[in-house]
Amino acid sequence: MSANTADTRVETGNGQKPYLTTSNLTKQFGSFTALSDISLEIYEGEFVCFLGPSGCGKTTLLRAIAGLDIQTFGTVTQAGNDVSSLPPSERDFGIVFQSYALFPNLTIHKNIAFGLENRKLPKADINNRVNELLELVGLTSQADKYPAQLSGGQQQRIALARAIATNPGLLLLDEPLSALDAKVRAHLRHEIKELQRTLGVTTVMVTHDQEEALTMADRIVVMNDGVIEQVGTPLEIYRNPASAFVADFIGTMNFVPGQANGGDILKMGNVELKCDAENITERGNITVAFRPENLLVQEGDDKLPNAFEAEVKYMEFMGAFFRVDLLSKQTNSEAHIKGDFSINMVRRTGVKVGDTITVSIPQDRLTVFPGVN
Amino acid sequence: MAEITHSTPLKVVKPKASRDDWTMRAFMVMIGAYLLIALAFPLYTMLSKSFENKDGVFIGLENYLKYFSTPALFNSIENSVTISIITMVITVTLAFIYAYALTRSCMRFKGFFKIMAMIPILVPSLLPGIGLIYLFGKQGYMKWLLFGETIYGPLGIVIAEVFFTFPHALLIIMTALSISDARLYEAATVLRAPKWKIFWTVTLPSARYGLISAAFVVFTLVITDFGVPKVIGGQYNVLAVDIYKQVIGQQNFSMGAVVSVVLLVPAIFAFFIDRQVQKKQVAQLSARAVPYEPKPDKTFDALMMSYSSVIVLIIVTILATCQFAALVKFWPYNLTLGLQHYNFDLMDGGGWDAYYNSIKMALWTAAVGTTVVFTGAYMVEKGRGFQQGRTLFQFLAMMPMAVPGMVLGLSYIFFFNNPDNPFNFIYGTMAILVVSTVTHFYTVAHLTAMTALKQMDKEFESVSQSLQQPFYKMFLKVTVPVCSPAILEIAIYLFVNAMTTVSAVVFIYSYHTQLASVAVLNMDDAGDIAPAAAMGMMIFYTNAAARILHAFVSKYMEKKTQAWRQR
Repeated sequence: MSANTADTRVETGNGQKPYLTTSNLTKQFGSFTALSDISLEIYEGEFVCFLGPSGCGKTTLLRAIAGLDIQTFGTVTQAGNDVSSLPPSERDFGIVFQSYALFPNLTIHKNIAFGLENRKLPKADINNRVNELLELVGLTSQADKYPAQLSGGQQQRIALARAIATNPGLLLLDEPLSALDAKVRAHLRHEIKELQRTLGVTTVMVTHDQEEALTMADRIVVMNDGVIEQVGTPLEIYRNPASAFVADFIGTMNFVPGQANGGDILKMGNVELKCDAENITERGNITVAFRPENLLVQEGDDKLPNAFEAEVKYMEFMGAFFRVDLLSKQTNSEAHIKGDFSINMVRRTGVKVGDTITVSIPQDRLTVFPGVN
Repeated sequence: MAEITHSTPLKVVKPKASRDDWTMRAFMVMIGAYLLIALAFPLYTMLSKSFENKDGVFIGLENYLKYFSTPALFNSIENSVTISIITMVITVTLAFIYAYALTRSCMRFKGFFKIMAMIPILVPSLLPGIGLIYLFGKQGYMKWLLFGETIYGPLGIVIAEVFFTFPHALLIIMTALSISDARLYEAATVLRAPKWKIFWTVTLPSARYGLISAAFVVFTLVITDFGVPKVIGGQYNVLAVDIYKQVIGQQNFSMGAVVSVVLLVPAIFAFFIDRQVQKKQVAQLSARAVPYEPKPDKTFDALMMSYSSVIVLIIVTILATCQFAALVKFWPYNLTLGLQHYNFDLMDGGGWDAYYNSIKMALWTAAVGTTVVFTGAYMVEKGRGFQQGRTLFQFLAMMPMAVPGMVLGLSYIFFFNNPDNPFNFIYGTMAILVVSTVTHFYTVAHLTAMTALKQMDKEFESVSQSLQQPFYKMFLKVTVPVCSPAILEIAIYLFVNAMTTVSAVVFIYSYHTQLASVAVLNMDDAGDIAPAAAMGMMIFYTNAAARILHAFVSKYMEKKTQAWRQR
């Protein structure tokens, strides 16, 4: 599998026409390039996450799509119209920020009604729409309160209601859950996704939280240093990371130096691993990658394929499982390998620190990246 | 239909400005033009006047050569700098201890002490000079305290300037002391540092930017002040008074311009150093700091309370003396009380009309100034694009801080009194007084507005745009109500300063627009000291009333429009 290609458009649209397109989008701040040649297609009704570490350009991309910070080069089209140079007020989107940006001196009702005014709507219609939205986010009883009187999660839902009040064609969410505590976040994650599905509104969410992206998105755009690393469904991204960066950023990944000489055998130090030859084009020095949860432990006498011996150096209790630090002399680099062992397995085998055990990496769970990491 | 061009040429995207953007730019250009006409152009005219002779012919540096070869003139530089530095040291020391008492002790009646220390802000700087004359002058009742020294001269100037600058220094140092981090004190105590060591290693360093800033503010206030040395300076010449003498006494406008330029130098110098220091102070604040809570200590608290009481006593004595002298028949020979000194209409200076004019001028200044300043600050802080325009605007808004009132006033004569100037029509009217005063006090008001605006979520504008609402709706429905405490603060600041300022208006008032503060000056000049004291106290009462009204209005507004602040 090769690393990022120039064209990152992925055909998952089932023949649909893209609703939102960015072509060769570049954003420069002075001599610093925040976004470099971003081309992307987003389909109608899709929930897309821009995922990446802070400073990767994901928020810059969102702000370019919104027209809040217009790109230096490149075009943005929405619903077939070129909106590249238009100010935000002439585009069609609703936006929710991490800070919620609720107007503190206006009641919840007035906050939601804010965007409905000045549109020649009768007052009764505005009130009906606000009540409908309050019901949708389940906060009907809070209409006359001020934002500061609500909890963070409630405020976020009001911000969402305000953003969708005018039925925009596009919903933009800028780290909407980052300011909330873990429990509320998990709950709202589900709720926002439900709402999006009900409304069918095309949605772009920026997040640095991989869990959020994996659970909510139809497709994830992984970004780093102003370029797109990979675009794909959560499963694709997790299973087949296109680059070492993606593999490392999403979930946990072991990286062990090795050699490939063609054929279906990889060498990882003295350990020989059988792999799917057609997937591996690299030759010479490579990096073998696999996830901790895919590491198997040999319990009985049945020999597992791709097995090697390793010493248990440290076991970290994570609640639902143990994260185990292993050191294998056979992989001559003395590379530490992480393995996730289930509580049941540990109880069954009685494995403990200092034991030497036999572990194996299933053939179809191996990924190879060029060069030594 | 999505038409994707696969080979986009590298053409820079030119953002299209929305109608809002154009409206905001128009506003910014308007307010920028105001600052150019009310500040930059007059100053430029003044600068060029300093290179011309009386007939307006360019003579190069001749005026400057004459200035620096006349000891009576250039000696003032040394005098001005000397009293400014002495006052700076004394005021900062006194204000530091007072601020320490207010923030680091558990003495009682802190609210009272805080209010009393602010009183000098409410009076024109002429008034402490007059008070000192009654206390220590030729017929002063405490003259014996001076052991034969004269109050007319550097001694009097310094004492009156300390009185005048004390609250300014106190406010800055108090802010610096109140942001101290309690965790540093806990750490120092755990490390068993003795109290004096904690003071030198924790308290002073964390307040150092505040102290430096206060020092520069005091220096600038003193070197540019005109009221105090005019009243009590005697033969001791200082720069600000020299300008007045050259212009009013000798009608030598070119030399007035030269002295103005000389006075601009230290003021601008102090201003730039202070800006640098303040930039550093921001970085020192950490969001996680724990506010310091003083613990009761009987001896220390009593000591601090005695100190503060002495300071308050001095302030009250000076003012009470003025009031008493204004009420007695003939100081110090006939001490029967009466109101004859309030017959301002019988004296020079414009009479009661001057007082009413002052109130009118102060109200206009507050109304016009608050609108202009807050709108301008909003355009700078929340405008989109137009970067150079905004930077220039910000620079212009900071400039008035460095320009002494006398210098601004004189440059107005040069600029607006020119018959070829299309704005000539405002010369001699109330409007030019309002323009001058708003401009003179622009910077502090602008900074207050900027601070308030910076605290607003920067995404409010983004949300409003995405909801396709015009910016003025957002501005009027959200920004103004949320910033109402700051807006009221700007209004009262402008009002109080418009009531007390002499320097910004002394050159440009006319027969029909005489002002109370100028009347104090003119009556004092004519030897009518008691009426001058009486008028000065009228200014004080007016400002005190305005302050009290402001407190009530703020409370009411807080209840009404800031209900959302309570949880």
